[in-house]
Amino acid sequence: MSAGLGNWGVPVAVLAGAIRVSTPFIFVSLGECITERSGRVNLGLEGTLVMGAMVGYGTSYLSGSPWLGVFAAGLMGVLLGALHGLLCSRPRVNDVAVGIGLMLFGSGLAFFLGKPLIQPTAPRLPAIPFGFWSDSSQVADALRVNALFLIGVVLAPLVSFALRRTRWGLIVRTVGESAEAARAMGYDVNRVRTLATMAGGFLAGVGGSFLSLFYPGSWNEGLSSGQGLMAVALVIFARWDPIRCLYASLLFGGASALGPALQAVGVTKGYYLFNAAPYALTLLIMVLSSSATRTSADQPAELTVAR
Amino acid sequence: MNAPSPVPTSPAGASGAVRSARQSSALRTDWLKKFEPFFISLGAVLAAMLLFGVFLAIDGLNPIDVYEEMFRGAFGTWFSFQNTLQRSAPLMLTALCTALPAHLGLVVIGGEGALVVGGVAAAVAGLSLPHASPYVVLTCMLFAGAGAGGLWIGLVGAMRAYRGVNETISSLLMSYIAIALMNHLVEGALRDPESLNKPATRHIGEANMLGPMPGLDVHWGLFYGVIACLVAYVLMRRTVFGFAAQMTGGNLRAALLSGLRVRHLMVFSCFLAGAAAGTAGMVEVAAVHGRANASLVAGYGYTGILVAFVARQNPLGVIPVALLLGGIGASGGLLQRNFNLPDASVNVLQGILFMVILLSETLYGRLDIWKFARRAAANKSAEAGAVA
Repeated sequence: MSAGLGNWGVPVAVLAGAIRVSTPFIFVSLGECITERSGRVNLGLEGTLVMGAMVGYGTSYLSGSPWLGVFAAGLMGVLLGALHGLLCSRPRVNDVAVGIGLMLFGSGLAFFLGKPLIQPTAPRLPAIPFGFWSDSSQVADALRVNALFLIGVVLAPLVSFALRRTRWGLIVRTVGESAEAARAMGYDVNRVRTLATMAGGFLAGVGGSFLSLFYPGSWNEGLSSGQGLMAVALVIFARWDPIRCLYASLLFGGASALGPALQAVGVTKGYYLFNAAPYALTLLIMVLSSSATRTSADQPAELTVAR
Repeated sequence: MNAPSPVPTSPAGASGAVRSARQSSALRTDWLKKFEPFFISLGAVLAAMLLFGVFLAIDGLNPIDVYEEMFRGAFGTWFSFQNTLQRSAPLMLTALCTALPAHLGLVVIGGEGALVVGGVAAAVAGLSLPHASPYVVLTCMLFAGAGAGGLWIGLVGAMRAYRGVNETISSLLMSYIAIALMNHLVEGALRDPESLNKPATRHIGEANMLGPMPGLDVHWGLFYGVIACLVAYVLMRRTVFGFAAQMTGGNLRAALLSGLRVRHLMVFSCFLAGAAAGTAGMVEVAAVHGRANASLVAGYGYTGILVAFVARQNPLGVIPVALLLGGIGASGGLLQRNFNLPDASVNVLQGILFMVILLSETLYGRLDIWKFARRAAANKSAEAGAVA
């Protein structure tokens, strides 16, 4: 099968990975982008991702409709986002710490409730074969794109537009830049932030459903390995801009696909090291793009994560 | 104004009563301040157990039965208590990995990675000294494990101090890198050819294993854990270094203005934090597994974060909290067998506990019951004084 491509299989597989693996990154980072623009950090999106994957898979299995599963996963994300938002609205409750708690809570709950879902197979999301013109099965495979990916690509400019050009976006940004100014204008800061966290949770839940309903396409406990957290780091790298979040997600998807792609063409040496590539890349980018002495001009002023 | 008061009061008696009321209320406030964290944490633990009980009840189980079984599995018998002690040892060390940097206002959650790196380094050190005496081997393993873990988290601190990289995210990313690195090494350069389906390093040798403490069936790791917590407490509460660290955590700008070398403080306390978690890895290798393999990734690092938060980052508080969470972990197997609960139920309980503990933070200084009690006591003593 791969004979026709030889070593060209690697870039093709990386491209395929960029499309396939990046989808959850796109959704989680867009969600986190909305949340962080309101001045709060939700590190718990890792838990939301896993929970969304479980709920999406379960709903799809029980109802037979994968799209219903995607929606249910989003709703679960809204619930977890509301939990985060409400806890953080209490005085002296730290949003980073609640995020860590939510990360443990979400994955624990998902493993607990998802135990009976490991065996059965649920109906999965359909793929759109954009690669029909190619004779190579690898190219055709790489271009089997899921509709969620396309939705994510369309969503990025939409979120960007909403943040920049709508009244809602202005309120969210005001709250993120100066809570006092927003309060003076009569907005309930905690309420806006909670709603922004819920919106971010919805997107992260949808991203989770992609994991269990399309790629890798089954529910198990090792489904997410820090994608939710990397997406948070990615928002910092993308300097809180939804469009740049999209590009960064594609870059990360490609990096994540490097290990499996090399293994497919027979390079097995250092398999684990290549699997660590996306983490190392995130770290490297954070080191290069941060500064100890000044904060980025794009950073919402109320945000504590990138002091 | 000389309004006739209904109760005839002598001026001396009144002021004396007020003074004594004030004194006793001051005493009570001190006492309250001292034990407030204890009561609030205890209340949070109970609230979390209540919530988990509701969760169990929805699942069709009797929560009281489950808790009884958990208690039996954790502290009920001498055997199970020793199991709990054994499990709490690495938790104390990984909790310090979060608790020490927290004094500077840093949230480090990479204990798992430092534990893994420390374990691998300790195994390498143990294997590279085939002819040395066990004491020498164990000492070298301890230094290798603590040093490697220290450098690992020290790097996180350095990235924070010199490049402004968020330490929470970087430390967790470093954990994933550490696990990948360990897999790479035990699959390749360090692999024992005899370890077939679970790749591991060679065994460090039975003679070199860290044995049980005298009179107990618990290995010396517990001793390391308790000592580390005591040292950390003294360091953070009774030394100039600890004062400087707390000052940095309290007000970074004030610390910088008074000339503290904040960057050095950050890197060094992260190094100490990583060294504690690395020691946990060394203990796991030297006392439990005998070799470094994927068994090191047992979630001690993540439970350690929870221990640190429940103990409110107080190194002394870490000891009892680690016992409690070690006990919960130890009873997990029993719950699985007797109630057919999934192994993740312990994670659910931990998650609930984490959320409740964070929420309880909002209660500090707002325990109105105490205020009422104080006011009532003040009134009473004023009356008593008036009568006298």
